[in-house]
Amino acid sequence: MDWAFVFSQTLTQALGITAIIYCLAAIGLNLQFGYTGLLNFGVVAFVASGAYAIGVIVLTFELSLWLAIPVAMGVAVLLSLLLGIPTLRLRADYLAIVTIAASELLRLTVRTVLPDYLGGTQGLNGKIGQQFHDLNPLPADFESLPVLTWTRQDLWVVIVGWGLIALFSVLMLLLVRSPWGRVVKGIREDEDAVISLGKNTFAYKMQSLVVGGIIMAFGGILWAVAKQSVQPDTFVPDFTFFVYTILLLGGAARILGPIAGTIIFWFLLAGIGEFLGQAIQAGWIDFLKPTDVGAIRFILMGLGLMMLMIFRPQGIFGDKKELALDAR
Amino acid sequence: MQRRIASRIGMLLVAVVALFGVAAMAPASAAGDAVIGTLTGPDGSPVTGVAITVSNEAGFSGSTTSDAQGNFRVEIPEGGTYAIEIDVTTLPAGISLAKPEDASRELLILGGEKKLLVPLVSGEGGGTAESGTSSGSGSGVTGQQVVQLLADGIMLGILIALGALGLNLVFGTTGLTNFAHGELITLGAFVALLFNTAGLHIVIAAPLSVIVCAVVFGWGQNKVLWKPLRKRKTGLIAAMIVSIGLAIVLRYTVSLFFGSGPKTFEQYAGQAGINIGPFSTTPKQLVLAAIAVVLLAATVIWVQRSRIGKATRAVSDNPALASATGIDVERVIAVVWTVAAGLAAYAGIYLGMTQNSIWNMGQRILLVLFAAVILGGLGTVYGALVGALVVGVFIQLTTLVIPPEMKTVGALFLMILILLVRPQGLLGRRERVG
Repeated sequence: MDWAFVFSQTLTQALGITAIIYCLAAIGLNLQFGYTGLLNFGVVAFVASGAYAIGVIVLTFELSLWLAIPVAMGVAVLLSLLLGIPTLRLRADYLAIVTIAASELLRLTVRTVLPDYLGGTQGLNGKIGQQFHDLNPLPADFESLPVLTWTRQDLWVVIVGWGLIALFSVLMLLLVRSPWGRVVKGIREDEDAVISLGKNTFAYKMQSLVVGGIIMAFGGILWAVAKQSVQPDTFVPDFTFFVYTILLLGGAARILGPIAGTIIFWFLLAGIGEFLGQAIQAGWIDFLKPTDVGAIRFILMGLGLMMLMIFRPQGIFGDKKELALDAR
Repeated sequence: MQRRIASRIGMLLVAVVALFGVAAMAPASAAGDAVIGTLTGPDGSPVTGVAITVSNEAGFSGSTTSDAQGNFRVEIPEGGTYAIEIDVTTLPAGISLAKPEDASRELLILGGEKKLLVPLVSGEGGGTAESGTSSGSGSGVTGQQVVQLLADGIMLGILIALGALGLNLVFGTTGLTNFAHGELITLGAFVALLFNTAGLHIVIAAPLSVIVCAVVFGWGQNKVLWKPLRKRKTGLIAAMIVSIGLAIVLRYTVSLFFGSGPKTFEQYAGQAGINIGPFSTTPKQLVLAAIAVVLLAATVIWVQRSRIGKATRAVSDNPALASATGIDVERVIAVVWTVAAGLAAYAGIYLGMTQNSIWNMGQRILLVLFAAVILGGLGTVYGALVGALVVGVFIQLTTLVIPPEMKTVGALFLMILILLVRPQGLLGRRERVG
């Protein structure tokens, strides 16, 4: 077995584009769930709305990518309002069911209606991110970094992606330390107490949903730009559960929680996948087929989520006292 | 304490793996190589229940029936020449093969997914078909079509009720929103499939599966996972996320051992339809629905009349007060889990026999169960039944105006709508929403 190859592939994935997309979604969820206590199970809907907005504007209407980005943010705001108005007054488990249902409703709808605009089940495929990739400052004869085997195009996305993560993390730090942040944390701990102080908790919860939703939509924007493809059936509820696992692993209500969670989660997931794949090829494991690796990764992830929630709900870096997960 | 829970979860997993280990010993086909296709009638509606058999000279033989969307998939072990036969007697009335020679042909399949084209026309040219299945033909909305969809909707509603009632009983007594309830349905179908492929007739395999699932995945699951969690005073939100993790584990364990293709039971797979007055159905569907009604009625009578049933309602109302009056709350919860898992297992067999069994069948129906439960009122027994029937009929009737692949959308939309106007559901009580 080529250990160096396994390690380099694993590290490349742990810091790569997919990990960045999940990290952005986890930062958005951290504001909604970690700080405000909103059990949003429709994370994937916000990511999908960002990705689809970019795809539709650039490919269907053939307009500029730079126009598409504010549109994507606008779509995320609209989705937050549509989801929030009926559900934010409900109890947490209702909110969870409605948001997960809404994300499936959205996926089933976009894969069926208006195929001329939304691409049907095939989705939108083409040069979505061309304008972004044209700005690539890396030298044209760029080969690859020593261990991290990104292509020139991918490395440019990775640099901008981690830049976005840094930017949003700083924004979060400023937000949660502001008076606004103290109010939303108060809502998470005891909503009635905050109401009795004369705060309009509905408005605060809605603002948290909107800001978190925009950050998630940036995950979708990066998705569309980097993968040059937006397909409806990639936006399944499992994406949302991955994001929850990442956030709970790193520690909810911690600025660095989503970042630590993403790197550890993808390092483990990719490492196990690469290791099993290599071991099967080398003939060490003969009771598994290469196609089983995907299922095993999911099983381990599900087990990880269960164990985390049972034994360490505050995650690796979280503070148990701060996180009152029982929102009822 | 922590170590004890870990070892108990380990035990549960060992049980699941041991159960499926038997399945893994059966010759597994390389995932990916398959004959696939979609059967669509001349009016564009899916054609369901058509039996397709794929075999080769090496002795391999696999068969399936087209599902509710008209899709079929037969997994094959490797590339090669295969004989593909379509059972023309299972085609609905008024639909036949455009080319009669399609009924039996030989194809060289190199590997991967080979898409089979089966053009269908209206008329009796091809076969001796004299029966019909669910999809009505003709373009405009006819009275007969509405009657047919209404009947299909009630059948679907009965199926949903089996899952929704269990979901509601568990929610009522423990407060847990169980995202792994769909997997109880999947497990019911696959445990039955396991007995079935081991040689037992489905008539024996089905009740055996219900009992095994009720004991292992209902009573056992509560015993090794949820009871210790309640003792640790794990919050309801945390418990809900645990159930999501469990759902993922169970779902992919099924896919690991059984593959990702749909499976059918060995008996009654491609059954010819019958006409009863204005609507058509299959005999197996009628029998399955009748048994389901008996099971549902028995459960409702049990909750209303029996001692432990009354205790269940008392625990649903107020666990602390029930406990104070001498009710053994933990025992009630254990019984509720057993009943819920048994009902869900039967729902899985129902689904597996009328359509097919696939690893994510429970996940696909879970949101519909939630829609039914929220519509009727979370935690109420009659609410689950009423909600399930309304959702079932609504799903089928909406196919008159929206494409069939979007029919779940209607149910989810109905759920969001009801939350706007009456968040406690049709039969729920106000204070439950909080």
